[in-house]
Amino acid sequence: MSDASQTMDNAPGRRGRGVRIVMLLALLVALLIAPFMLYPIFVMNVLCFALFAAAFNLLLGYTGFLSFGHAAFFGGGAYFTANAVKEWGWSPEMGIALGVLGAAALGLVMGLIAIRRQGIYFAMITLALSQMFFFYAVQSSWTHGEDGIQSVPRGKLFGFIDLNNTETMYFFVLAIFLIGMGIIWRFVNSPFGMILKSIRENEQRTISLGYAVNRYKLGAFVMSAALAGLAGATKSLVFQFATLTDVAWQMSGEVILMTLLGGIGTLIGPIVGAALVVTLQNYLATSDVPVTIVIGAVFMICVLVFRRGLVGEFYRSRLGRRLGFDPEP
Amino acid sequence: MSFAIFGIPIQAFLGQLLIGLINGSFYALLSLGLAVIFGLLRVINFAHGALYMLGAFAALLLSVYLGLGYWPALLLAPLVVGLTGALVERSMLSRLYGLDPLYGLLFTFGLALVIEGTFRYFFGASGQPYPQPSLLSGGVNLGFMYLPIYRGWVIVASFIVCMAVWLLIEKTKLGSYLRAATEDPILVQSFGVNVPLLLTLTYALGAGLAGFAGVLAAPIYQVSPLMGSNLIIIVFAVVVVGGMGSILGAIVTGYLLGIAEGLTKVFYPEASNIVIFVIMAIVLVLRPAGLFGKDV
Repeated sequence: MSDASQTMDNAPGRRGRGVRIVMLLALLVALLIAPFMLYPIFVMNVLCFALFAAAFNLLLGYTGFLSFGHAAFFGGGAYFTANAVKEWGWSPEMGIALGVLGAAALGLVMGLIAIRRQGIYFAMITLALSQMFFFYAVQSSWTHGEDGIQSVPRGKLFGFIDLNNTETMYFFVLAIFLIGMGIIWRFVNSPFGMILKSIRENEQRTISLGYAVNRYKLGAFVMSAALAGLAGATKSLVFQFATLTDVAWQMSGEVILMTLLGGIGTLIGPIVGAALVVTLQNYLATSDVPVTIVIGAVFMICVLVFRRGLVGEFYRSRLGRRLGFDPEP
Repeated sequence: MSFAIFGIPIQAFLGQLLIGLINGSFYALLSLGLAVIFGLLRVINFAHGALYMLGAFAALLLSVYLGLGYWPALLLAPLVVGLTGALVERSMLSRLYGLDPLYGLLFTFGLALVIEGTFRYFFGASGQPYPQPSLLSGGVNLGFMYLPIYRGWVIVASFIVCMAVWLLIEKTKLGSYLRAATEDPILVQSFGVNVPLLLTLTYALGAGLAGFAGVLAAPIYQVSPLMGSNLIIIVFAVVVVGGMGSILGAIVTGYLLGIAEGLTKVFYPEASNIVIFVIMAIVLVLRPAGLFGKDV
C-alpha cells in the first residue's frame, strides 16, 4: 500500500516527501549543533533512548507485537559490552559488536518461545522471560549484582580515536544513532518489512500466500532485539556503567511509553517520545514530584486520549494532512 | 528423625512444601482474580499487584486511623479495594472496551505506576509491620515441623475463598449470566441483562480478591508500596501456564506452581526465583495454549 503511494505521482505525496526531507535536514542540523547548545551527556542519553524506542517500535509498529521484555535486550547489550570492554580490554567497537550479538542471541531464544502466542499473552511471556534475565543478572558474579559493572572505560575507537573527549564521544554516539535509524528505515521499507506489515494486517492471508509467517516474526523480533542491544551497549559506554536498572521491567515500560507517546508505527514518533520522556525525567529528578506517578499518569492519558501518539495525531491533523503526511503509515 | 528424600532431611522438605503452599495460596487468589477479569473484560489487569498492595495498606490504615483490627479489615479492605476497582472501571477502563486488548494492559500498567508511586511518596519504600491477630498467634508442632497457626489459616482462607468464587461462577444464576456474557455479551444484553453493570461488578470482584490477598499477606510480609510489583509478574507467568480459559485451571495452577517453587528451594535454591518462568517456557514449547487453556 505504501509502496503504491510512493510511486504514485500525486501532489500531496510529493509535497509530503519535500516536507519530510526538510524536516530530516533540520533534525540533522539540530543534532550536529546540539552538543554545543545543550549538555552533551543529556543529548547522548536522548539519542540512546531514541534508538532503543525506534528498535522497539520496529516490532510493535510494524508487526503489532507488544513486547514487555525489551529491557532484557537493552540491559543485556549494556552488560555484555561493559564486561568485554572492562574485563577483557576489548576496543569499544568490538565491545559494542558483542553487545549487539549477545542481545540478538537473547532475542532469538526469547523469540522462539514467545512467538508461539500472540497479543496480551505475548506481552506477558516476554515480561516473564525478561524477568528471568533480570534475576540472572542479580545472581551471577560477572554482572556484580546490585552494584552493576562500574567505571567502564570508553577506550579508543579503532585504536586511535579517544572517546574520553565528550565531543568525540557525542559524534560517535550520533553516528551509531544514524546508522541504527538507517538500518530501521531500510528494514521497514524492504520486501521483508512489507511482509511484516501484511502479517500485521491479515496473518491468515499472508499464510495462504505461502509465507512462513513465524520465520518473519522471529526475524523481526531478533532484529528489534539486536538494535535495542546496540542502544544499550552505546549507553553503557556513555555513562560508563551497566546496572540492574537497565534490565528491570520498569525499563521495558519506559520504552513502551516513549513509543506510545510519540506515535506507534511512525518513524519519527519514538524519537520524539524518547526526547520528551528523558527530558521529563531530567526535569523531575530535581523537583519534589515523584517520577513514577508522572510517568504512570502520562501512560493513562496517552491510552485514554491520544492513542496515536503526538506524531500520529499530528499526521492526522489538518495541518499534517495539508503538509502531505499519510495518516496511516 | 532420620528420614531423608534424595539426601534432603524430611523436615526441610516439608517446611519448604508448606512455604510453597502458602505462596501458592497467594498465586491462586491473584491468578483467579486475573482470570475472572480477563474472562469477561478481555483486560489483563496489570494493576492487580497494586490492588493487592492497596488491600494490605487498607488493613494497615484501618488499624492506625480507625483502630480496627484484623477481622474487620479482612472484610472491609477487600470492599474498599473492590469499590476503588469499580470506580476505575466505570470512569476510565470502560472507555477502552472494543479496542485492542493491549490498550487495557497499557492503561492498567500506568494505573499501577500511579498507585504504587503515590503510596511510595506518602509512606516511603520501606515495609511496615502489621500485627498478627491474637487469635491466630502461636503455632502447633506437627511432629515433623512447627506450623505457625497464621500460615495455616492463610492456606485455609485462600482455599475457601477460591472455592466460593468458583461455586459463585459455576453454580449460581449470577455466575451463569457472567459465563454467558463471556461467550456473547451482545446476545446477553439483548435478553435484558445489564452487561455494563456486570462488567463493573466483575472488575470489582477481581480487585476485591486482590485486596483480600493483600490483607492475608500483611501479617506475613511487611506492608510496603512495592510488595505487589514483582508478584504480578510471577502471577502473569502462572496465568500463562494455566491458560486463562478456565477458572479452576487458574486456581490449580496457582497452588501447583507455588509448591514447585517451594520444592526448588530445597533442591536447587539458586533457581527458586526463576523456576516459575522456566516452567512457563517449557509449557509454552510443549503446549502453547497452557495446561487448561483452549484458545491459542
